[in-house]
Amino acid sequence: MSLKDKLHNLKEQYKGKKMAPAFNAIHTFLYLPNETTHSGSHVRGADDLKRTMNMVIIAMVPCLIWGMFNAGYQHYSAIAGGTPEFISFFDHLKYFFTLDNLLIGAKKVLPLVIVSYVVGLAIEFLFAVIKKHEVEEGYLVTGMLVPLIVPVDTPLWMLTIAVAFGVVIGKEVFGGTGMNILNPALTIRAFLFFAYPTWMSGDKVWVHDAVNRAGTPDAISGETMLGMLAQKKELAYGIDEAFFGFIPGSVGETSTLLIIIGAAILIFTKIASWRIILSGVVGALVMGLIFNGVTAQGWITEGSKFYALMNLPFWHHLLIGGFAFGITFMATDPVSGAQTTKGKWWYGFLIGFFAVMIRVFNPAYPEGIMLAILLMNVFAPTIDHYVVQGNVNKRLKRLKVKTA
Amino acid sequence: MSKDIRIKKGLDINLVGAAEQSKVKAIKSNTYAINPDDFHGITPKIIAKVGTEVKAGAPLFYSKSNDQILFNSPVSGEVVEIVRGAKRKILSFKVLADKEQQYEDFGAKNVASMSGDEIKSHLLSSGCWPFIKQRPYDVLANPDIAPKAIFVSGHNSAPLAANLDYVLAGKEKELQAAVTALSKLTAGKVHLSVADKSSPLANISDAEVHTVKGPHPVGNVSTQIAKVDPINKGEIVWVVAAQDLVIIGELLLTGKYNASRTIAVAGSSVKSPKYYETKIGAEVSTFIYDAGVEGDNVRMINGNVLTGTTVAPDGHLASTVDTFTVIPEGNDYEFFGWNKPVFNKISYSRALTFSWLFPKKKYDLDTNTNGEHRAFVVTGNYEEVFPLDIYPMQLLKAFSYNDLDEMEQLGAYEVAPEDFALTEFVCVSKQNHQELVRKGLDVMYKEIG
Repeated sequence: MSLKDKLHNLKEQYKGKKMAPAFNAIHTFLYLPNETTHSGSHVRGADDLKRTMNMVIIAMVPCLIWGMFNAGYQHYSAIAGGTPEFISFFDHLKYFFTLDNLLIGAKKVLPLVIVSYVVGLAIEFLFAVIKKHEVEEGYLVTGMLVPLIVPVDTPLWMLTIAVAFGVVIGKEVFGGTGMNILNPALTIRAFLFFAYPTWMSGDKVWVHDAVNRAGTPDAISGETMLGMLAQKKELAYGIDEAFFGFIPGSVGETSTLLIIIGAAILIFTKIASWRIILSGVVGALVMGLIFNGVTAQGWITEGSKFYALMNLPFWHHLLIGGFAFGITFMATDPVSGAQTTKGKWWYGFLIGFFAVMIRVFNPAYPEGIMLAILLMNVFAPTIDHYVVQGNVNKRLKRLKVKTA
Repeated sequence: MSKDIRIKKGLDINLVGAAEQSKVKAIKSNTYAINPDDFHGITPKIIAKVGTEVKAGAPLFYSKSNDQILFNSPVSGEVVEIVRGAKRKILSFKVLADKEQQYEDFGAKNVASMSGDEIKSHLLSSGCWPFIKQRPYDVLANPDIAPKAIFVSGHNSAPLAANLDYVLAGKEKELQAAVTALSKLTAGKVHLSVADKSSPLANISDAEVHTVKGPHPVGNVSTQIAKVDPINKGEIVWVVAAQDLVIIGELLLTGKYNASRTIAVAGSSVKSPKYYETKIGAEVSTFIYDAGVEGDNVRMINGNVLTGTTVAPDGHLASTVDTFTVIPEGNDYEFFGWNKPVFNKISYSRALTFSWLFPKKKYDLDTNTNGEHRAFVVTGNYEEVFPLDIYPMQLLKAFSYNDLDEMEQLGAYEVAPEDFALTEFVCVSKQNHQELVRKGLDVMYKEIG
């Protein structure tokens, strides 16, 4: 008997039993189910949710691989006293793709991925069994996003608690995939940020081992570019290094180049909304230009603690910090984002706008994209409401013209 | 004044097995069956009990909600069986056909000199009223309320559907009589739509002729209504299928109810797909085995692949269709079917699916859902195949939680289930949109009327 028939018989045995969703979740990973249409259209398109989610994961894989190498690269270059200034792209590359770097990455990043998936999927399976529905694929993407948006030295126990919180409170209490209001990955990230603020907003978690070495003669710096700007320190990295990704930061967010490739995959496959990404970039540029204008007018002077970030050339905002990653992979989450075409333009624009604004004005943590997306997640239904109301009013007006 | 109807949003699903333009007379069927379920929302009340001899055109049953609406027998013969299902619900009336057909004589009419009321009572008494459907709600027309307009689509854009230009060719006289009659039933106009000027409907008078262009669902009446004269709250539009005009026209011209139909027998599981001349309610086996069926694991569909209903091989042709489709069942597993590159299926996205590379290629799709039912997740793809000025996902959600106010505001009066066939096709979450819409419209019809 072939594997297919064996699994089919098992599926029949599980049918109607409590553990059926758990079995089916694994079965459907091997085989597209034998489900046929029972009502409506007799033929259906080729894509299902698994394929869609899978594409998002594929788009993130380059960022993950880069993040693993970069974890080691930042660690070793910090020990060596930081990368020398004005080193070229190729000099970086020479020391980037090395086995030592990868080993650090495997030691630090893979556990984050595994913990994120194991904890999150266990909760998904549990809820699917309790609520007797199939295991939905939403967590496949969330589970991949989480390790990419946390600092490399995040303790695994913190991540475990945060994932459990994020999946249960951020998603399952609303009814699971498709029903949540906030992006689950960002809920997890926000939980980490608010529950362990001293840990998460420090300048030591971004480079592996910086925390352990703090206070010792071997202490190394682990600051991100945004951290340096917020504290008005001299920038240790050039904007080209930020574009290619040779900088400290959350695991997967450093390389803008690879994020652009991911965005291209998502847009080409028609999975992410290009409208959100484009309008988000425009929003960030507009806010950046406003701040540049403010400093150019001399309203804010060098004495102000906001000066360094305000005076940053407006387009640099796109390349440093988590902006590119957030606008590509998290703002485009269809469930928590705006759902109407017109609404998406506004939603994306406001995310970009607020991300840069919060980045400049938030004293506690110099990054704004997380809070901007969460804020707009909350307002997305409102945006949609007004867009849909426009359609409703058009219909009412048509009726009025007719009866008048 | 005619209007061109052009749409860009939509999707043409190219399938293997289009009917070749050659017509064959199907062998005579022994029994004919009329299924009350083909006319959505009616409860049948029996007129012709088992054993009654009926002539072609004589009533079999009437609608419980309006006893004027009669449903007639397509042939003369003896009512041999009234099939009942659960709770004694009537599933179908079976008539054993006579060798020599006898027709009820309703009398030849001069349409031009008839009044609207005369035409109405003539159609009602001859059992031709069920050919007229109404919007909103996509149910049988209520003869007591006059519509603001009547729409007939002369273009079938659904996959593998019968080519109406071919089917209607040579029937201009009947079509004209029927359109003239319909034009007296409304204070507004009769709107016809054709794909090009060579259509037999293109030169009909007493009506406004529109040329339609674009992908499916341009042939759907809702699309045409929305472009020409959108339905507002409280307004009613009637809809008649082009093939039914021929039957109505023949009744008016000759006084005979002739239930002949030319249907396209199509689909990738049909050996030689072509057109068959048969009658409403004929046994499926009278034409399908002549055309030939490949394999046993097939699904037979009364209608096209998007909106038809499944029928057993020993079933009967539905009253309302001009196409009969046979496609393979997809009740098999596919190894790693969810992530491997796909070349042999149609996809709206490009997620390792390559149908975008071959826009002209014809596909052999089966009935597999290609995935399991999920909550609504992906947004923005329904809008790309939905040409109406309506937010399809928001409306579907309103239908699924039965919010009457929201349904009304979002445009539920303007849609029929068939309009959601394409959104259902591209739906990543594999939701059954047409079922949601049908149920929602039924709730509205019951609550608002």
